[in-house]
Amino acid sequence: MIHAKDINEHTPWQDMTPGGEIYEAGTARAFNTGTWRTNTPVFHAEACKHCMLCVPFCPDSAIPVKDGKRLDFDYMHCKGCGVCAEVCPFPAITMVSGGVPR
Amino acid sequence: MSHRLSGNEAVAYALKQINPDVMGAFPITPSTEIPEQFANYVANGEVNTEYVTVESEHSSMSVCIAAQAAGARSVSATSSCGLALMYELLYVAASCRLPITLACVNRALSGPININHDYSDSMGARDSGWIQIYAENNQEAYDNFIMAMPIGEHLSVRLPVMSCMDGFITSHAVENIELLETDAVRSFIGEYKPENYLLKKENPLAVGPYDISPYYMEHKVQEAEAMKAAKARILEVAAEFAKISGRSYGLFEEYRMEDAEFALVLMGSSAGTAKAAVDKLREDGVKAGLVKIRVFRPFPGEELVRALAGTRAVAVMDKSEGFSGSGGPLFAETRSALYDLKERPHMINIVFGLGGRDLKVEDVEKVFGRLANIAVTGEIGPLYTHMGQRSKEEIV
Repeated sequence: MIHAKDINEHTPWQDMTPGGEIYEAGTARAFNTGTWRTNTPVFHAEACKHCMLCVPFCPDSAIPVKDGKRLDFDYMHCKGCGVCAEVCPFPAITMVSGGVPR
Repeated sequence: MSHRLSGNEAVAYALKQINPDVMGAFPITPSTEIPEQFANYVANGEVNTEYVTVESEHSSMSVCIAAQAAGARSVSATSSCGLALMYELLYVAASCRLPITLACVNRALSGPININHDYSDSMGARDSGWIQIYAENNQEAYDNFIMAMPIGEHLSVRLPVMSCMDGFITSHAVENIELLETDAVRSFIGEYKPENYLLKKENPLAVGPYDISPYYMEHKVQEAEAMKAAKARILEVAAEFAKISGRSYGLFEEYRMEDAEFALVLMGSSAGTAKAAVDKLREDGVKAGLVKIRVFRPFPGEELVRALAGTRAVAVMDKSEGFSGSGGPLFAETRSALYDLKERPHMINIVFGLGGRDLKVEDVEKVFGRLANIAVTGEIGPLYTHMGQRSKEEIV
């Protein structure tokens, strides 16, 4: 069995799975898709009331929640779509240009 | 068992004997009588296939892809525009390496609107990664369909198989046919046992993930290698099939080619007409021969080189227009294969029979006449011509 973690951009075709099949769950954790981002949300913790509106709106599950409170963005998976900033009723999320988190 | 069946009935009967897990079926035109006949078997409880009726061929192939990925042996049948509507999914099936079996009844693509036989439908799908096997008659349509699964499902291959027959000429004409016993078919096909499948609960599986540039090419190379490997598997399965049926198949059939100076390369039911012409010419002392392509994907290029090496002139007869402006698809591949020969025969391309235009024995004799002329003069004349159309100009 070939594991996803053992396949990377140096793997020869002979060692890859047929048709790109993935034989395990949750492998998105292993891949940094945050690099696709061209805009980046910034979380202002002091203005956040933890209303949790942003969390279900995030199409990439990139807003982690712990003990009823949202944490800073998971920039490894956030694509910078800005939906969170749109739905936030408070000045707790602002968008900045560029893909690099600040 | 001897029977009289149409090509459609023969394939539907093969399906009944196989008893597949799932059929993705778009059961009205432009599909064939195959899903209609098979629906009777389902309704009568003669098979336990999950028969999924859908709203389009795009969906019938989607059903097959999902079912096959889940671990079920899946089949479909279609024709003409129905196949065209599947094109997107044909590539998905092949790239996911899902060995689905499809009965394709070859009919012209619109437009102009036409329902009769030519190969424009499956020739359009020739680069989709499917194995393509073509039948000359009902017997071959039945036999090829039974061989399809052991070919496609083999681990060295894992590719979908399109088992093709000529629309109306083969699909609707009733012929004598030898059927195998159902037990023999079932043990020949065996159980479908994929190593990994969606319903294997011990081992979660994701199928068809997004494949970015650093990975896509490697997967395409795998697919290309599988297609190359299919050639050996096709011959292996044919050898096994000969043991249970007494009928032998190769990648192509060579008819009176042993000492042939002039040869035709073509596929499907036209081979019957061409064989009659070859026999007639042989009686007159003309060394005529025929190569009937059975397997078009993978293309038997190296083997064709050996078969045609001794000839002086060859006509490749395409029953589909590729609109390349320089010949049909069978011509392009055959001519390319022969490039490596040091002493190449002269070669011409004739596109004929589009939209069900008849091919007569006399037409084939004329083609051989042209080949004989080419051999004498060394001048091939026009490389790529059409035959059978009305014209103000004399047709070469």
